Amino acid sequence: MRIETTDVLVIGGGLAGERCAIESATAGLDVTLLSLVPPRRSHSCAAQGGMQAALGNCVKAEGDEPTIHFLDTVRGSDWGADQEVATIFAHEAPVAVRELAHWGVPWTRVRPGKNTYFIKGEKVEIDEPEENAGLITHRDFGGTAKWRACYASAGTGHAVLYAVDGEVVRLGIRVLDRVEATTLIHEGGRCWGAVSRCLRTGELTAWLAKSTVLATGGHGRIYGQYTTNATINEGAGAVLALETGEVPLGNMEAVQFHPTGLVPSGILVTEGCRGDGGFLLNKDGHRFMVDAEPEKQELASRDVVSRHMMDQIKRGLGVSSDFGEHLWLDLRHLGEEHLRTKLREVWDICRDFNGLDPSREPIPVRPIQHYSMGGVRVNKDGEAYGMRGLFAVGEAACWDLHGFNRLGGNSLAETVVAGRVIGARVAERTAATSLSVSTDVAQAFLADTAKRIALWRDRPSTGGSVYAVRDRVAEILNEKVGVFRTGDELEVAVAELEAAQRDIARVGLRSSGPGVDPELTAAMRIEGMVRLARITAVGALDRTESRGAHARTDHPTRDDARWLNRTLARWDAERDAPRLTYEPVGLLDLPPGDRGYGKTLQKSMETSIDAYNQRAPGEMAEHGALPTDEPMGARMLWGAWKGHEDRPARPERNE
Amino acid sequence: MSTDTIQLETPRRLRFEIFRFNPEDPASEPHHQTFELDEQPFMTLYIALNRIREEQDPSLQFDFACRSAICGSCGMLVNGRPRLACNTLTRDLGDTIRLEPLPVFKLIGDLSVDTGTWFRGMAEQVGAWIEEKAPFEPHAEEERMDADLAQAIYEGERCIECGCCIAGCGVANVNPDFVGAAGLNRIARFMRDPRDARGDEDWFEVVSDENGVFGCIGLMGCHDVCPKELPLLEQYAYLRRRMLGAAREETAT
Repeated sequence: MRIETTDVLVIGGGLAGERCAIESATAGLDVTLLSLVPPRRSHSCAAQGGMQAALGNCVKAEGDEPTIHFLDTVRGSDWGADQEVATIFAHEAPVAVRELAHWGVPWTRVRPGKNTYFIKGEKVEIDEPEENAGLITHRDFGGTAKWRACYASAGTGHAVLYAVDGEVVRLGIRVLDRVEATTLIHEGGRCWGAVSRCLRTGELTAWLAKSTVLATGGHGRIYGQYTTNATINEGAGAVLALETGEVPLGNMEAVQFHPTGLVPSGILVTEGCRGDGGFLLNKDGHRFMVDAEPEKQELASRDVVSRHMMDQIKRGLGVSSDFGEHLWLDLRHLGEEHLRTKLREVWDICRDFNGLDPSREPIPVRPIQHYSMGGVRVNKDGEAYGMRGLFAVGEAACWDLHGFNRLGGNSLAETVVAGRVIGARVAERTAATSLSVSTDVAQAFLADTAKRIALWRDRPSTGGSVYAVRDRVAEILNEKVGVFRTGDELEVAVAELEAAQRDIARVGLRSSGPGVDPELTAAMRIEGMVRLARITAVGALDRTESRGAHARTDHPTRDDARWLNRTLARWDAERDAPRLTYEPVGLLDLPPGDRGYGKTLQKSMETSIDAYNQRAPGEMAEHGALPTDEPMGARMLWGAWKGHEDRPARPERNE
Repeated sequence: MSTDTIQLETPRRLRFEIFRFNPEDPASEPHHQTFELDEQPFMTLYIALNRIREEQDPSLQFDFACRSAICGSCGMLVNGRPRLACNTLTRDLGDTIRLEPLPVFKLIGDLSVDTGTWFRGMAEQVGAWIEEKAPFEPHAEEERMDADLAQAIYEGERCIECGCCIAGCGVANVNPDFVGAAGLNRIARFMRDPRDARGDEDWFEVVSDENGVFGCIGLMGCHDVCPKELPLLEQYAYLRRRMLGAAREETAT
């Protein structure tokens, strides 16, 4: 057991963590980055289709600007997003994309002259003007008014991650891979680092740091095999924050299901396929999205498309297979050349995992867990509620740009935009902080982790397996906390998850070899993962409305009178249960209205926007929001969206 | 359209011969251990190894992350040949499957090797980043690039650093400082990039010795085993041409 000090401790080596680390390293601070895997193996590399930024460089992107990106993002979120954060994000995204170009990302570029695209089922030829030759081009993605996704074939996340990691190497940032954090070190509402466990040797280290950043990605693996996520996306950051007892998680019931997970492996097939003109077909070969969403068709937001797909399956229009019902993603009309260049990774995945040639055969797909909108609740500076010196960034965080549904291409953008914005704040704060914590505190947290490990090692094996608990939790979530939810099923899910948590007491380790024991590693994580699952289910049960990805068949109305708020979940140690409270979503500028797709019933706010905005800052502070460098609302561009809304901003139908 | 591809036959009994050694355990000796499993449709080595660990031996060490052949974690020797485990379907293999860790890299345990340290070292050795020509201007338009050139750079950028080419390289197996095909590919990728400030002379310093482009003895095992089918032969030829050109210029002056 060792104690080390560093200025900034970043936990998580994906894009958000690395981009954040670069800000501090550039400012001359000592940065240590801990990662479960070598950074280039982080899940950021799995982002395929694109990164949203309103550069407006190709014909179908003409007239685009950050304000329209803001509009699309807030509508996509079903008004659950913090609109000030969405404003910051949309305006910083173009700078972030260009910075990545400067660092070497081979963005696909505008090819002047005739370009063939597929738009709403039609083959269209568009002349890209000579004056735009060589600029970063865009492809279409769901829920956007303009083509906005910047991309590098279908390996965008990979290309961006390698460029950013190249900067990390160039700057000589200390990266320790195969290391996991086991607990945060904190005292009196102030975070001072974390305890880590080496996944090569099992050695424990206490890292004392002036600032600690959680950049651990999402927690899709609570859905077990029913997710597109990598095996490492187990919600480590959310669990670390929750275990402090001080920091809430935001909107954990907001879970994104991606429409096109490959059957049976669950591997992601990018939205870029539909952006480039791919069709969704039912068993009769019919394009059902054209009937369901005449305007956006296959390119409505992900929550909406996933619901229509599950609806087809429920109506008996799915394709039967040994692996359950699925639908088809048809790319045959795009042609082999397009598939082998602009969607090359999709080509590879179809060949490798299904032995399938997408230029000749349709691809079997179904909706599957993909993204965690929820996470560690932070203010606009990225600082956690209730815990000074602790920051969270990227998918691990609830910043909250995505509200109840994230638009495709906005998460890759968030990693680098939030990494820049929050990274700058981290660097400023760290430079103004001195490390004033006793090593006794570090020793106490070190001892705590050592004790947890010893307890696991000493437990008698009574037949219960950690993997069985993990699989049980995944089955419960997949069956009862999925695309469509009902109160009855959620009640059962909550009870079953409580039982699964009790089952952990019966789990014993079958192996206890020296060094790193993979079973021990899984056991150390299981309690936290079940807690995240319980919070997700309870949040979904209590939220008696439908908003974005949270679709309650027994409460189909989006209820802005009662539920225009964000769920905050804390874990009470004494009750061993989650405690939910609700805070305003933030300041409102774009009033709640119709999204332009996925029509649902809506119940309007009963207060005025002004009244809502007056009480929001005070209530958020009461819920734990720490003061920000600039006051709340300072970055809002009030009314800037006016004149850009091409869809009615008011509800079309009231309840 | 049907799902005829899914065969429901009597499953094969697969026999896995897996290399075992835990360097952290003084009592551990390198050996092979045999496990058996019933094959299931679409079974990959990712699925098989996890089943073995969860059902038969919880101490078995191996690495997976994305399980979709993009993160590069799971390179190993499958019947003696370096490849990714996650996209290897058991239906393409015989009844007996021999699994061993990649050579060259430091063994962590069983099938798990330390590729992270090796690749970070390589990145530092070759300078695998853009050397900027001028500082970034946040509010300037991006530098333009021809669409075909961007595509060509992307082609080299596709390397996932899985280490298969290094494990399959006759030189890398004897010279620990040789940057291997992954290193040479990365150099070619930056050499092609007009955003990079380094000229041929700078690159000559980096690669023109036995640890770089002139270390390769042309066995091209790398090209045969690359799971991403990178054009390693072309990249290598491009590098040699550029470096020989640079050497000639140097001799002429």
